[in-house]
Amino acid sequence: MHNSPPATVEVEAHENPALLHHFATEEQQKNAASLGMWIFLITEIMFFGGMFCAYLVYRYWYFGDFAAASSSLDLKLGTINTIVLIGSSLTVAMAVRCAQVGKQKAIVVDLLLTIILGAAFLGIKAIEYKQKFDEHHVPGLANFHLEGHVPRHPDVPVNQQHAQIYFSLYFAMTGMHALHMIIGVGLFAYLTWKAHKGVYGPGYYTPLENGGLYWHFVDIVWIYLFPLLYLIDRHP
Amino acid sequence: MATAVLDTGERETYLNREYGIKSWLLTVDHKRIALLYLMGITFFFFIGGFFALLIRLELLTPAGDLVQADTYNKLFTMHGQVMVFFFLIPAVPAVLGNFLIPIMIGAKDLAFPRINLLSWYLYIIGGLLMLYTILNGGVDTGWTFYTPLSTEFLKTNVTTAALAVFVSGFSSILTGLNFIVTIHRMRAPGMTWNRLPLFVWAHYATSIIQVLGTPVVAIAIVLVALERLLHLGIFNPTLGGDPLLFQHLFWFYSHPAVYIMILPGMGIVSEIVCCFSRKRVFGYHAMAIALLGIAVVGFLVWAHHMFVAGISLYAALIFSFLTYFVGVPSAIKVFNWTATMYKGSISYQTPMLYAFGFVGLFTIGGLTGLFLACLGIDVHVTDTYFVVAHFHYIMVGGMVMAYLGGMHFWWPKISGRLYPEGWGRLAALLVFVGFNLTFFPQFILGYMGMPRRYWDYSHSPEFQILNVLSTAGATVLAVGYLLPMIYFLWSMRYGKPAPDNPWNAAGLEWTIPSPPTTFNFEEQPVVTWEAYNYDEIDKEREGVPVAQ
Amino acid sequence: MSEHISSVKLYVGIWLALMAGTILTVVVAGIDLGPLNPVMALAIATTKAVLVVLFFMHVKYAHERLTKLVIVTAIFFFLILLALTMADYSTRLWT
Repeated sequence: MHNSPPATVEVEAHENPALLHHFATEEQQKNAASLGMWIFLITEIMFFGGMFCAYLVYRYWYFGDFAAASSSLDLKLGTINTIVLIGSSLTVAMAVRCAQVGKQKAIVVDLLLTIILGAAFLGIKAIEYKQKFDEHHVPGLANFHLEGHVPRHPDVPVNQQHAQIYFSLYFAMTGMHALHMIIGVGLFAYLTWKAHKGVYGPGYYTPLENGGLYWHFVDIVWIYLFPLLYLIDRHP
Repeated sequence: MATAVLDTGERETYLNREYGIKSWLLTVDHKRIALLYLMGITFFFFIGGFFALLIRLELLTPAGDLVQADTYNKLFTMHGQVMVFFFLIPAVPAVLGNFLIPIMIGAKDLAFPRINLLSWYLYIIGGLLMLYTILNGGVDTGWTFYTPLSTEFLKTNVTTAALAVFVSGFSSILTGLNFIVTIHRMRAPGMTWNRLPLFVWAHYATSIIQVLGTPVVAIAIVLVALERLLHLGIFNPTLGGDPLLFQHLFWFYSHPAVYIMILPGMGIVSEIVCCFSRKRVFGYHAMAIALLGIAVVGFLVWAHHMFVAGISLYAALIFSFLTYFVGVPSAIKVFNWTATMYKGSISYQTPMLYAFGFVGLFTIGGLTGLFLACLGIDVHVTDTYFVVAHFHYIMVGGMVMAYLGGMHFWWPKISGRLYPEGWGRLAALLVFVGFNLTFFPQFILGYMGMPRRYWDYSHSPEFQILNVLSTAGATVLAVGYLLPMIYFLWSMRYGKPAPDNPWNAAGLEWTIPSPPTTFNFEEQPVVTWEAYNYDEIDKEREGVPVAQ
Repeated sequence: MSEHISSVKLYVGIWLALMAGTILTVVVAGIDLGPLNPVMALAIATTKAVLVVLFFMHVKYAHERLTKLVIVTAIFFFLILLALTMADYSTRLWT
């Protein structure tokens, strides 16, 4: 794994246009790309991680207000979005598989489905954001007001400052997630175009695999965001 | 295989292979990118140094009579931000690391050459944003951007400064990513982990910190910018937020960041000490594990910067306890360098002078860190010049000396020229004397109670004499830094051409010509020897050749 | 080098498990379990995440231990960030 074959192999390997000059073999190049993507994903874990840390601190401090704010989110839309995103993870895994077994047309179909589902997610998110705007739940604006009281404490009204902190984190975290989705959709548009040109097959599908890793990561962030933001306290 | 020869009869190297601005700005050669970085970091070093000189000039007298108070706040802020983000963090990895790591492991380039170039462009964009910040009136938050000052109360260029740091942070992340993948995937046959030069191990450990830590400060900065622009309350106590949350997120990166700054320097020192002692490093495995240990434990201690900020006493106890631990691997390294030198055949060329300086000054800086780890002492000296002296001993006495030592050690390889050794030694001496004169008085000043970030100390005129000594030292130090600038440039035109291995040193970089060809090696090397095999090398040709 | 190719059946199976987890987490959130509510939510989310990592991201079939080491390292330092930060916040009001 660590040792590349001796220099004499170079000449033949460089016949393949996909092989870059500084790698000795395609396997080395593939393994480098793979490890590179994984390292990038761990930087993303720490990037989102900072916001999860902020969320944890304020949920600990302001549980009641966070619960009230969380209950104001549209659970139906959130659940649908979760299902949509999980579906897109399936289609992307299938796209990679199709490349592995050489089903060229199916790669394109699966990638297009992934993009459609990703766009659907973003569309639903936009609807949710509009809802928050209409309900005056956008933090930092003068008209912010979250109605109601802390769950199971009818005598305790929602603290507006604490609720704004919840929504600051809501928009920051889902907004950052949506930004990553947008980048992902763009990335997949590029991959779809390349797949359409027949670039990927059993011998070479590294960009699909690594694009898939990125997409799955964004899915995993949502897998945590959904219960943490939407399901803080939904029981009577 | 014959080496390529240009039409002019010169041997083809990475420098003369192509000319023209496009061949530099669109290069993917790690060696050219290293030189592009060298220009940037040298430029920012002198900008940061200029701010330092203004600070020292103001502090010559107790009264605040050189600049306004607000201006002084800007001076120390920009000194800190420029030095930390645009000099200390990139200097060794992006210049020496970029240049040497592929060669040291027997590869043609880094794993991702185009991402390497992207890293440089991000650094430059960040740098331009910083320059804009400076020219547009500066920023005065302190390099630490503490909230709610930075989010609520300042009208200065906080957002652009934050953006500059954010963009340069991505440069750092990508460099770290590139190094990790390179070291895992691109080693030549026979170059096992146990044979890697400690310089490579040091950059591996540094890169781990870069990829895990930098994203957290990135998000902290994003939240500060959002808060400032949208009047959110995440860090604002009057809106229910906690300013300490910002500090937690900031220091979670910024403490490991100091290890990003020092670990590459430690790697350099290992290379130099072994060469100029003609010995294998004492305790190779301990040295490698210590590097990783510093990186890991360095992530566990961040709130020691917050002992008096309002964290709970119990958290302070935990962080104090953990902070003592991080000194252990550093101490192991100091012991091992010393043991390497013991009974070695020492010669005193410029790189070794800087290495000696590093070992002594880093030790003092590190020991004073232990003073600060003690809660009781910290309460007395925090936010005083004691802390300023502590970190400058490590960053300047340690890291900058290591950087200069490394630049002198590898200059022949990078440029193909020898620098003038006499001037090199003079500059090293000036740096050492100037440094100690500048910063040792600051330990005393801090202990006596002089606060940091104050532009006026007329309440305590007895501080003046030590401040005057400090400023005098800074002047000497400045001369010491200017000299290498001048003679390195001079050597590029007039210096003696360098042989492949002017120091008779171990390491793959010394087996190729000075300067190297674009693809480093004619044939991929196959490594069968251990690192620092000076006993074998000295059998064939003994010692370090006498310079010139 | 041959990469493991998972079957369509496996992928669809994992997808169904993820769907089931999603429904489950919503249903469980509607039941009062006291302090166990957040525990259950995180447990279900983590199970889903592990399934995605192991099967959709092919980590179960990774040739090297390095891949797993990289992931575990990141999770470790992320948890350190949370744990030591909460060590401050959870003890601030202690006397």
